[in-house]
Amino acid sequence: MLSAVWLIPALPLAGAVLLLLFGRRLGEPWAGWLATLMVAGSFAASVVTYLGLADRSGDDRRVLFRLWEWLPVGSLHLDVGFLVDPLSVTMILFVTGVGALIHLYSVGYMHGDPGFHRFFLYLNLFAFSMLMLVLGDNLVVTFLGWEGVGACSYLLISFWFDKMPNAVAGKKAFVTNRVGDWGYMLGTFLVFSSLGSLTYYAKDGSGFLEHVDSLPMVTATGIALLLFVGACGKSAQLPLYVWLPDAMAGPTPVSALIHAATMVTSGVYLMVRVSPVLGAAHAWVPDLIAWVGAATAMFAATVAVSQRDIKKVLAYSTVSQLGYMFLAVGSGAYVAAIFHMVTHAFFKALLFLGSGSVIHGMHDEQDMRRMGALRKFMPITAATFIIGWLAIAGVPPFAGFWSKDEILLNAWETNKALWFIGLVTALLTAYYMSRQVFMVFFGSPRWNDPIEADDAAGSVVDMVGDHGGSVAHGDPHEAPWTMLTPLVVLAGLALVGGAVNLPVVNRFEFLAHWLEPVVGHGEHHGTSTTGTKITLAVIATIAGLVGIAVAVAVYVQRRIKAVEPDILLRAYDYDRVLAKVVGRGGEDVAELTATVIDKGGIDGIVNGVGSLVQAAGQRLRTVQTGYVRNYALGIAGGAVVTLAWFLLRTGF
Amino acid sequence: MDVGASWYLVLAAMIFAIGALGLMVRRNPLVMFMCIELMLNAVNLTFVTFSRELNDIGGQVIVFFVLVVAAAEVTVGLGIIVAILRRRPGITADDVSALKG
Repeated sequence: MLSAVWLIPALPLAGAVLLLLFGRRLGEPWAGWLATLMVAGSFAASVVTYLGLADRSGDDRRVLFRLWEWLPVGSLHLDVGFLVDPLSVTMILFVTGVGALIHLYSVGYMHGDPGFHRFFLYLNLFAFSMLMLVLGDNLVVTFLGWEGVGACSYLLISFWFDKMPNAVAGKKAFVTNRVGDWGYMLGTFLVFSSLGSLTYYAKDGSGFLEHVDSLPMVTATGIALLLFVGACGKSAQLPLYVWLPDAMAGPTPVSALIHAATMVTSGVYLMVRVSPVLGAAHAWVPDLIAWVGAATAMFAATVAVSQRDIKKVLAYSTVSQLGYMFLAVGSGAYVAAIFHMVTHAFFKALLFLGSGSVIHGMHDEQDMRRMGALRKFMPITAATFIIGWLAIAGVPPFAGFWSKDEILLNAWETNKALWFIGLVTALLTAYYMSRQVFMVFFGSPRWNDPIEADDAAGSVVDMVGDHGGSVAHGDPHEAPWTMLTPLVVLAGLALVGGAVNLPVVNRFEFLAHWLEPVVGHGEHHGTSTTGTKITLAVIATIAGLVGIAVAVAVYVQRRIKAVEPDILLRAYDYDRVLAKVVGRGGEDVAELTATVIDKGGIDGIVNGVGSLVQAAGQRLRTVQTGYVRNYALGIAGGAVVTLAWFLLRTGF
Repeated sequence: MDVGASWYLVLAAMIFAIGALGLMVRRNPLVMFMCIELMLNAVNLTFVTFSRELNDIGGQVIVFFVLVVAAAEVTVGLGIIVAILRRRPGITADDVSALKG
């Protein structure tokens, strides 16, 4: 049953090629259906692979497929091969599953767009790259996928490339990710130079993850840090998170698929994949990862409190939740990280698709101040969105509660301060998500109200409406079935997704047992008593409920005045400072190079040589009189001089 | 009176000097042309002289080459000069100084 593995990335690739060749002719909606079918087929193949792998016993669950030899250079032997183990299968299952749903959704969402087939071409190409990233059996194939998803992210963020802000946002994402890729590549080089192999696990036991024990601690630290830089770029952690909020300029299904559910989690995947290296590194490396994650989670959660754009709230929320995952990785809770990744994929994709449905129904309005009372107009969207909200807010028994709780528990056992930050973040998460739900779905309809003009704030890249049309409001309408089906399915998953890893009884921790062969050696095993666990869970739930209660008081009962400082709306001016320090600094260097070095130095030399020759020519032209006798005289004189010289040399 | 090689050489030098001087002082292109011929033939004379003196036929062979080249030069040069004179009668070499820098 495992031989179907190659189909998993091959189907979306085939879809992309077909759409490239015949996309325009297929047109709407067949191009969309073809793409959806390909990813759905890929999901089916993933399920088959999962069943095949589950059939084996625990230690046998690592299957290597070598497709072909790719780069045999000296001592470097790279194959295009797949590593099928519980971790990669978990990833492909939710990537293809959520991916197929989002493809289906896009058929409805992209209706009427002139770039319809192009959109699905990129989307299929993205699915292919993401699956290569996850399935690759060495760092270079993973890097291939890594860059592929980056390129697709760029193409899809600036999908409406004729609008300046979208094009700029795409460029920003691409350039910021280069910083991370720099770390990834250096990390790869370091792995190869110190261990001589880039394969994770090999049949003959020569994979580099099998030899990390022989690494000097300093080298392991270097590798871990460099790969973490790569993960920071891709997964939008401080200080490289800036591209993700602007990436919301892309179509909403893209935000759901790439910038919430799948691509941005690949940094977490990478960290879990190379977890043996983290284990071999200095002890402060996991601490650093945990602190970066916690800081990002807290930072982004506070920023989300003031955002007005419905998608920006979710964008900062994604950054914050990714911070949670890194907090888990840093605490050694790899299972919790993957668990949260999966549940987050469910509920964040759901929330994004719900917001897309709202934007669609509101005729491309994204400002939450112009929404309200939408539950009456879009009941299904509202119901599913509310499930997503409860899931992310950590209300039991929704999916987010279980995974978030697991992370908080591990943080508690690692460092109480990290746990406290996580708890405050959980409270803020519940607060800002409730704020969003109340502003969008409750209260009074406001889409015909004028907005006070204070649009001075906002990020460097200002957002424009998804379809970019001028906003002419009729009443909002509910979305078509193609969009509602994924919402309902995802809502179901967000409701019961926690079941994949219930911490109630050991036997129910399916995901933990499933991932045991991959991460078992480095996994942090909790020491807390059941009493502590329950207390922590209760505290976390209370924090979530307090957040919701405060939001009710502020946005529903209006007993407390809303606190939405502009500084948070501008994300602490991080963007602006970054633009000033890094951007301006770069510009200054370029300016200096252009004026002083290039104009003064390089051009000076070139022009100097030119004018020297010109001046010499000016002098010499007087010799050329045009009179034959002068030339004759010159020749005669020359002959005399030559003759004299010869005579003098021979000395008569 | 013994006419030695030096006589021929002195004669050749004088003819060459006359030719060179004439080339520099005269302005009529035809006369300048004849001056060049004088110079060429002065050189020819030295060749023949040395050929005889050194008993080497090479010098006389060179003379033939010089004559052939001179003939070719006269053909081209005269053609140009006649064409110029036809267009602008009475012209001097100094008037044709279009190559002035």
